[in-house]
Amino acid sequence: MNTEAFQKIYTKITKITKATCSLKAPGIGNDEMAYVNGRPAQVVKIAGDEVTLQIFQGTEGIGTDAEVVFTGKPPMLKVSDDLAGRFFNPYGQPIDGGPEIDGEEREIGGPSVNPVRRKQPSELITTGIAGIDLNNTLVTGQKIPFFADPDQPYNQVMADVALRAQADKIILGGMGLSNDDYLYYKYLFDNAGALDKIVCFVNTTEEPPVERLLVPDMALTAAEYFAVDKHQKVLVLLTDMTLYADALAIVSNKMDQIPSKDSMPGSLYSDLAKIYEKAVQFPDGGSITIIAVTTLSGGDITHAIPDNTGYITEGQLFLRKDSDINKVIVDPFRSLSRLKQLVIGKKTREDHPQVMNAAVRLYADAANAKTKRDNGFDLTDYDERAIQFSSEYSNKLLAIDVNIQVDQMLDTGWQLFSKYFSKAEVGIKKEIMDKYWVGEDK
Amino acid sequence: MADTSLTKGKITGIISNLVTIEVDGPVSQNEICFIMLGNEKLMAEVIKIVGNIASAQVFESTRGLSVGTPVEFTGGMLEVELGPGILSKNFDGLQNDLDKKEGVFLKRGEYTAPLDADRKFDFKPLAKVGDVVAAGDWLGSVKENWIDHKIMVPFKFEGKWKIKTLADAGSYTIYDTMAVVTNESGEERKITMTQKWPVKRAIKAYRDKPRPFKIMETGVRIIDTFNPMAEGGTGFIPGPFGCGKTVLQHAISKNAETDMIIFAACGERANEVVEIFTEFPELVDPRTGRALMERTTIICNTSNMPVAAREASVYTAMTLAEYYRNMGLKVLLLADSTSRWAQALREMSNRLEELPGQDAFPMDLPAIISSFYARAGIVYLNNGQTGSVTFIGTVSPAGGNLKEPVTESTKKAARCFYALAQSRADSKRYPAVDPIDSYSKYLEYPEIQEYFAKNIGEDWIDKVLDCKNWNLRGKEAKDQIDILGDDGVPVDYHVTYWKSETIDFVLMQQDAFDKIDSICPMKRQQYMLRLVMDVCNAKYNFESFEKVAPYFKKIINIFKQMNYSEFESDNFKNFENELKTILSERVA
Repeated sequence: MNTEAFQKIYTKITKITKATCSLKAPGIGNDEMAYVNGRPAQVVKIAGDEVTLQIFQGTEGIGTDAEVVFTGKPPMLKVSDDLAGRFFNPYGQPIDGGPEIDGEEREIGGPSVNPVRRKQPSELITTGIAGIDLNNTLVTGQKIPFFADPDQPYNQVMADVALRAQADKIILGGMGLSNDDYLYYKYLFDNAGALDKIVCFVNTTEEPPVERLLVPDMALTAAEYFAVDKHQKVLVLLTDMTLYADALAIVSNKMDQIPSKDSMPGSLYSDLAKIYEKAVQFPDGGSITIIAVTTLSGGDITHAIPDNTGYITEGQLFLRKDSDINKVIVDPFRSLSRLKQLVIGKKTREDHPQVMNAAVRLYADAANAKTKRDNGFDLTDYDERAIQFSSEYSNKLLAIDVNIQVDQMLDTGWQLFSKYFSKAEVGIKKEIMDKYWVGEDK
Repeated sequence: MADTSLTKGKITGIISNLVTIEVDGPVSQNEICFIMLGNEKLMAEVIKIVGNIASAQVFESTRGLSVGTPVEFTGGMLEVELGPGILSKNFDGLQNDLDKKEGVFLKRGEYTAPLDADRKFDFKPLAKVGDVVAAGDWLGSVKENWIDHKIMVPFKFEGKWKIKTLADAGSYTIYDTMAVVTNESGEERKITMTQKWPVKRAIKAYRDKPRPFKIMETGVRIIDTFNPMAEGGTGFIPGPFGCGKTVLQHAISKNAETDMIIFAACGERANEVVEIFTEFPELVDPRTGRALMERTTIICNTSNMPVAAREASVYTAMTLAEYYRNMGLKVLLLADSTSRWAQALREMSNRLEELPGQDAFPMDLPAIISSFYARAGIVYLNNGQTGSVTFIGTVSPAGGNLKEPVTESTKKAARCFYALAQSRADSKRYPAVDPIDSYSKYLEYPEIQEYFAKNIGEDWIDKVLDCKNWNLRGKEAKDQIDILGDDGVPVDYHVTYWKSETIDFVLMQQDAFDKIDSICPMKRQQYMLRLVMDVCNAKYNFESFEKVAPYFKKIINIFKQMNYSEFESDNFKNFENELKTILSERVA
């Protein structure tokens, strides 16, 4: 960053922690960006004439005589159609060797959409993955995370979803993305010939953690440009939000704030909500859909990060290894898409809701039967049938390698019902049963 | 604002949405002030004062604020404007009319009038010149949608007042003078259709607040039949995410037997509010035949809107509810979710560097929650008529753990507890209200028992308790089956278990997305409870346990088809006959 002639340079830092520094500087605005020895920083606290800055790249080597320059502006992103196909660092600077973007400069983390100007999401996103389309249907304008353990193939599934979702733009916000995963995404988008509709903001594991705090806001500012100004369908991928929250905790800790549950800042809910609530459907067709990843430790969803996320997002997707079929499936019990009610049976075939619920219920019966078997009890005929059903259901519908149309998923569902169960056992509304049941009742 | 006697100040510090202000005169706790940032005026509320330094929470983003920014105090607390035109509106937490705001994004510092100054209402006097009146007394009435909106003596008026002039029947705007009143000392005051009231104070312009003595029907079986809500009662719905809190609250709001619904969307998802915006104008209130939106007001402070206004939003909603209650109406107030409100308190307490209580919540959280719930209730107005505010809040316990501070504090304050269970949600048993943990204290109220005996049936409560007991026995039987194995217990255990499953599937579960099943009037609930209890109280002959489950599944299936059919229709009766045939096969 070149300093301009009229800018005042401060050189007397009074306090330095691992992530922040303080200095005396009057007349500084809250949230303003600054550069400390050329490192980007942002104002997080002002007390009298003492200003506290969070330094995104950490404070290693920063001295009490470091040069501090204030920009007079909050963090900004230059937006234009040229963003498409480009890769940026968390400050919105190109990292792909291409030229700087020429465009309108916008504040990141701007105001919220007036709720009365939103439209109810109603457009189906098809992914071909039955565990999602059949049981947890996604809708444009939705926000939904994958809750996954670090060893699960969430980045793959997310990339599949992104490429099949027929979005106008895909914006990847990578926080603490391993370099391998970053290159994987780059390769995949390139291979699919989708590079011209991708925008990436990336902070890799090699880079300082506090920097991550800027990534979601950058990605969403770009998304708002395409959705609001260009009326496009934008899909935003945020991975991994757990690392984002960890960065929040680092900063709040360095500012001596009292931590609440799991050492997270008390404002975690509001901080995450500000990001996720950028998901929106506009009446003119533009939309922002957010698919995120929240990694769990040992599948624990009661930890503050997944817990607060769950309360904000419109459902969550769980991946699980099913040992019966040796494949990764979308867990039908713990996954949920809250907005599916807006499209299933409306934008899809009328029997969708009932087939979905009946199949999950029968799958639950199978789970109970398995517990019974594991405890050494005899199984009834029904139990046996349920177990057989469950592994076929898992293989043909829940596995993440499935790629079929929604009608095909429903037909598969009916075939499995009539193969293993009687009408009474399936327990679906009579009119629908009469219309779709395959073959004779048992 | 031009008043020179009002206190002024300058900002001395900023952390997130908390600012400290050095003031040049007196300030009071909870006083509203405006931060004058260039052309923008940002509203803030004083929450702590030390010497000449006031700490204020800003109801907007504080981006760009700097030390030295001037602040003007207003001398008053956060107030809402009460008057005709509140119904069907969408307000934010500070009562700004959201529809009047311009642009797609919420602009900082833009405040819009809650009421419509130009809209005319047809006024009919209810009092006459010379009458002696007090705060809350009705002077006249205007039609607002289908509600008779009463024009009242402002709640701030103390003592007795004599009506000097009163407007004739006719069409007026809300700021026209409708009456002039005088008191004994000769003071004269004008009354318009509107008045203001500070949201954090309860409106007490009524004669008496008795114990609740009536039931409020919701059309939801697990509530009406098993854990009834009283008119003027309080309840809360705690549950982990994904258990259907919001769906349940929406179901209640669609079907509840009430004159008006105020929905406080407090720190929750914007799309959920949009769902109300979209669906309520289309949905028809089964009792009046009018669109549901006509009886609904939404206070909307979603999770991405400023946190301080979130705290204000529940108070704004409660004050509007109390106002309509004073017109002799039954008001249902729903807040989703009170945990977000508590979190807003936590964020501020944290920034004030107060010593934290449990989970970093402020120490006075239980007191704040209980005094808020205490504002609900049924009241006898000055004229002897009743009005009520029924309050149901949701709680979002961190990690689904019901031992956390917000749930525990609410449990002490609310009389009905509708616990949503993860296990029920996982097996798609909706509404996921746990039939064993949940309770309604109102079932123990003699007034309510008397009400049931008189209006529903002498033996109603006994039947309900009997039904609950079967459900508990079924659970116990299931535990034994799970421990000892299917053939390790007498066949009777299986029968008991499946009876409880019948109760669960037929009465406790309800399809909120089915047109017919989603609304279950009390008469139908009564009928179904009797039928199910007949099934439970019958004795059955089974050769082996393997026959039990398929048989009861058949019964449950037919019952479910009944739930999906129009009450007492041919379809319904056919299924009932089919049920009788099946029962006659096995009943001893």
